[in-house]
Amino acid sequence: MSELVLPKINKETISKKEYIFKNLAKLINPENVLSHADEIKPYETDGLSAYTQTPLAVVMPENTEEVSNILKFCYKENIKVVPRGAGTGLSGGALPLNDAILLSLGKFNKIIEIDFENKCVVTQPGVTNLGITHAVQHKNFYYAPDPSSQIACSIGGNVAENSGGVHSLKYGTTTNNILGVEIVMMDGTICRIGGKTLDQEGYDLMGLICGSEGLLGVITEVTVKILKNPQIVKAALIGFPTIEEGGNATSEIIASGIVPAGMEIMDKILIEATDNFSKAGYPRDAELLLIVELDGTESEVDELLKQVSSICKKNNCSSLKLSKNEKERLSFWAGRKAAFPACGAMAPDYYCMDGSIPRGKLTEALLEIKRLSEKYELPVANCFHAGDGNLHPLIMFDGSDKEQLRKTEEFGAEILKACVRLGGVITGEHGVGIEKRELMCEMFNNDDIQQQLDIKSSLDEKNLLNPGKVYPILRKCAEEGRVHVHRNEEKFPDLPRF
Amino acid sequence: MSIEMKKNSQIFQDSNNTYYPEDELQVSSIVKELYKKNEPTELIGTNSKSFIGNKIQSAKKLSLSKLSGIIEYLPEELYIKVKANTPLELVEKELEKNNQELAFEPIDFGFIEGGKSNKGTVAGHLACNFAGSRRFKVGSIRDHILGFRGVNGKGDIIKSGGTVVKNVTGYDLSKLVTGSFGTLVALTEITLKVLPKKKLSNTIIINTDDEKLVNELFEKISSSSSEVSGAVYVAEEPKDESYDHNKEMVFKFNDLENKGSFVALRIDGDKISIDEKIKALTDELELNKLNTTILDVHQSTPFWVKINNLELFTQTKNNLLRVVIPPSQGKKLMQYLGNKYKYYIDWCGSLYWIEVQSKKNTKVGEIKNLIKELGGYLTVIKTSNEYDYEETIFTVDDTRLLISEKIKKSFDPKRIFNPGKMYRGI
Repeated sequence: MSELVLPKINKETISKKEYIFKNLAKLINPENVLSHADEIKPYETDGLSAYTQTPLAVVMPENTEEVSNILKFCYKENIKVVPRGAGTGLSGGALPLNDAILLSLGKFNKIIEIDFENKCVVTQPGVTNLGITHAVQHKNFYYAPDPSSQIACSIGGNVAENSGGVHSLKYGTTTNNILGVEIVMMDGTICRIGGKTLDQEGYDLMGLICGSEGLLGVITEVTVKILKNPQIVKAALIGFPTIEEGGNATSEIIASGIVPAGMEIMDKILIEATDNFSKAGYPRDAELLLIVELDGTESEVDELLKQVSSICKKNNCSSLKLSKNEKERLSFWAGRKAAFPACGAMAPDYYCMDGSIPRGKLTEALLEIKRLSEKYELPVANCFHAGDGNLHPLIMFDGSDKEQLRKTEEFGAEILKACVRLGGVITGEHGVGIEKRELMCEMFNNDDIQQQLDIKSSLDEKNLLNPGKVYPILRKCAEEGRVHVHRNEEKFPDLPRF
Repeated sequence: MSIEMKKNSQIFQDSNNTYYPEDELQVSSIVKELYKKNEPTELIGTNSKSFIGNKIQSAKKLSLSKLSGIIEYLPEELYIKVKANTPLELVEKELEKNNQELAFEPIDFGFIEGGKSNKGTVAGHLACNFAGSRRFKVGSIRDHILGFRGVNGKGDIIKSGGTVVKNVTGYDLSKLVTGSFGTLVALTEITLKVLPKKKLSNTIIINTDDEKLVNELFEKISSSSSEVSGAVYVAEEPKDESYDHNKEMVFKFNDLENKGSFVALRIDGDKISIDEKIKALTDELELNKLNTTILDVHQSTPFWVKINNLELFTQTKNNLLRVVIPPSQGKKLMQYLGNKYKYYIDWCGSLYWIEVQSKKNTKVGEIKNLIKELGGYLTVIKTSNEYDYEETIFTVDDTRLLISEKIKKSFDPKRIFNPGKMYRGI
C-alpha cells in the first residue's frame, strides 16, 4: 500500500500515558480501559484491514455520562480520540492513531425503547442494523437502510457513515430514516438533536452529524424510524447481450416513472463468478445481468413488472424471469450477494471501489473501466446499485507483486476520477475515511474544503476528534489506496459485501 | 468604496440599498464587500415568505431574484438543477411536462399572507424546509435536496453534494442549509430530487369529532401498508369566534358534508390500485361502521391543493402556529385545544396548524410550553399586529443554540446574512 500520512504524533501524550491510563480508570470501570498490547491488538484496524495502527489505549464506556467524562478529560489534556462502532467500515474511518484513545461504543448494545405508536426505535449506537429489524419484525415492521454488512455493522456507525444499501433509491439512506440522535461533543457537552418528531426546527444538526465520519461528535443514542413491511415484494432477473442494451433498459425503467425498491447490475465476469460460487442459476451467456425488485400492493407490483418486462424486451434482453414466490426472489439475490467473495476466489487480491455516477452514464462508465482494465492489464468485475447510481468495480490483482499493486492503485484512482468526470462522486456509501482523503480535491476546491474544515474547527477547535480522516492532511491531491483484500482475508470475510 | 464596489453599485444597487446581482460571481463580490464593511444584510428572493421569522434590522438588502432559470433537468436521472431563485411554479410546470413532481408537496404560503397563490422561489422553500401533506410518507424538503452552490458570509463560493442520491463525500451541507432561513449561505444553485407524479387520487372522508377515534385512525393508518399518502383532521371552528374563512367556505365539494369535523385520507395510484387500497382500508379501519364519503379524483386533487395552500387561514390577521409533535401525544394536544381554537392536523397526526386570535396572544407561550413538554416544537409562522416578540418565534434549547452559534460563525463570522432572523445572536 502507499505510505499513509497521519497527523503528527503528540509526544507529550505518549510521554504521559501512564497518567492518562490512571485517570481514565478513575472515570470508568478500570476493566473497561485496555492498554496492554495483547488487549488492544484486535482494535488496530477496521474493515479497511490494509492499514493498521496501535492505539494508545482502548476505552469502553457504558453510558453517555462516561463518554462525556472521557471526552472532557481528553479535551483538557489535549488527547486525540478516535470513535469506533463495530469497526466494519471500509474506508478506514475508525483507524486508530498511536497517540489517540480509541473510544469503542461496543458496550452501548441495548435497544432502549420500541415505540410502535410513534413508529420509532430508540437505541444505543452499538446495536446492529439488523438487530433493529429483528426487534420489530414480529409486528411486521423493519428498519429500511440495509447496508450489506447489516448483520454486524452498528447503527451508530451507520449514522456516522450515512450508510445506504440496495434500497436507497426508494427508501433513502440513514439520514432519511433517523428522527433523533444524542451526541457528545469533544468538550464533553451532551446534545440531543431531534427526538420522535418528524423534522426538527433550526439548523439541521442531525443532517450534519449523519455522514460526518466521527469528526464532529460521538453518537451515544439514535432514534430510527421504522416502516411497515410492504404488502408484497417481487423481483425480475433479466439478462442482456450487451452492456449498452442493459444500460439503456435501466435508464428507461426509471424514465418511465417506475421507482424500484432495488435495481442491481452485474457484468459478465461477475455473472459467471457468482453463479459458480452460489449456484444462483444466472444466465451465463449474458453480458449484463439486471435484477429489479418492486414492492407495494399486489396489483401495483404486477402492473409494474409488466412494464419492466416490456422495456427489457424492447431493449433486446436475452432472458427474463419473474419471481414466482419468496424463495425464488431470494435466489435471484443469492448470487448478487456473493459478488465480493466470488471475486476473492478468482484472484489473490481485489480492490473494491465505491463511486456514484448518474444512472444514464452507466454504459460510458463501464466502457471506461473496460478500457482502463486493458490499459493496466488487470481484470475487473463490476457490480452496480443501478437504482441509485452506486458503482462497485472490483479490481483483481496479486498484491505480492509490487508493480501490480502500484498499477491497481492508479487504476482505482482513475476510476473514481472518471466517476467525477461523468457527474458523479468519489464515494457513494463507504465513506472517505483515510482511504479517499486525497481524492477529495477531485470534487472540491480549496474554498469548499475550507468551509467544511471551518465547521470542524467550530465544533472541535483543538482538532482532537478523529483527526486525519476525510480531509487531505496536506491538502494535496495524491493517490492512496482503496479496499485491499488479500487472499480473501478481508476483515470480517464472512460479512456479505455488495 | 472600492472600484469593484462602485461598479457593482452602479449596476445593482437601487435607491433602497438593495443589490441585484445577476450571477454567482457578482453575489460573491458584493458579499466580500459587505464582509469587509461589516454590513448586516437581508437576503431576499421574491418576498413570498419574508414574513416568517423575526424582523431583521439591516440597512442593506441582497436580492437574489435575478438568479433564476433551469440549468439542467434530466427526468431519467430524477433530478433538476436550477438557479436558486427560480420560481417554484416554473419548476413545477417543467416537471409536469414529464409527469414528475416534487414529492414533498411544497406549501403555498401566498394565501395566508396575500390571499392568493404566491409560491415564491426554490431557495425560499429550501430556506424554510416546510413540507406539505405527503411529508410523513416521502420526507421533507431536506430529504429531496441533492446539492447546492452558494456564497458564504465571507464571500467565498462554496458547494456541497451533487446530482446523485448516494453520496457520502464530506459533510452533508445541503441538509444544513435547508431550513436555515438564509442565515448561512446566499444560495445560487440548487439540485433537487424529483419523482414520478402520482397518477390519480381519491380521498376518503370520515365525518367525526371523536378525538379518541381520530387518534386511533391515525395510528392504524401509519401502521398500515395500504400507503395512505395524506391524512388530515379538520376540526370544527370554535362557535364563539368569527373567522373570515371557515371550512365550509374553503372545502366546498359535492361529497363533503361539512357538518362538523372530519378526517380525510388520500389514496394514490391508478384506478385499480386505488380501489384495491380503499377496499383494504375499509376492512382495516372498519369504515363501514363510520360515516364516510369518497371524494373522486375531480374533488380529491383540489382538496389537497387547498390543504397545502393553508387556505383555511387565508389572510388571517391572527397568529398562525405550526406545531410538530410525536403522534402519540395527539390526544393530549387535541384535549388542550378542545373547541377553543381553529386548527387542523396533518402528517397523520404529527403536524398541527393552529390559529390563535390576537386577543389571546398570551396563549402562544402557554401552548409552546405544552408542546415542549410533549417532545415537540412550535414555530410562529404568522404573527398578529399585537404580537409580543418576547415570546420567541422558534423553539430551541440552550445546547443546540450554542452549537448553532458556532456553526453560524463558521459560515458567516460577522453575521452579515439575516442576523436575528431565527434566533438572537445568530
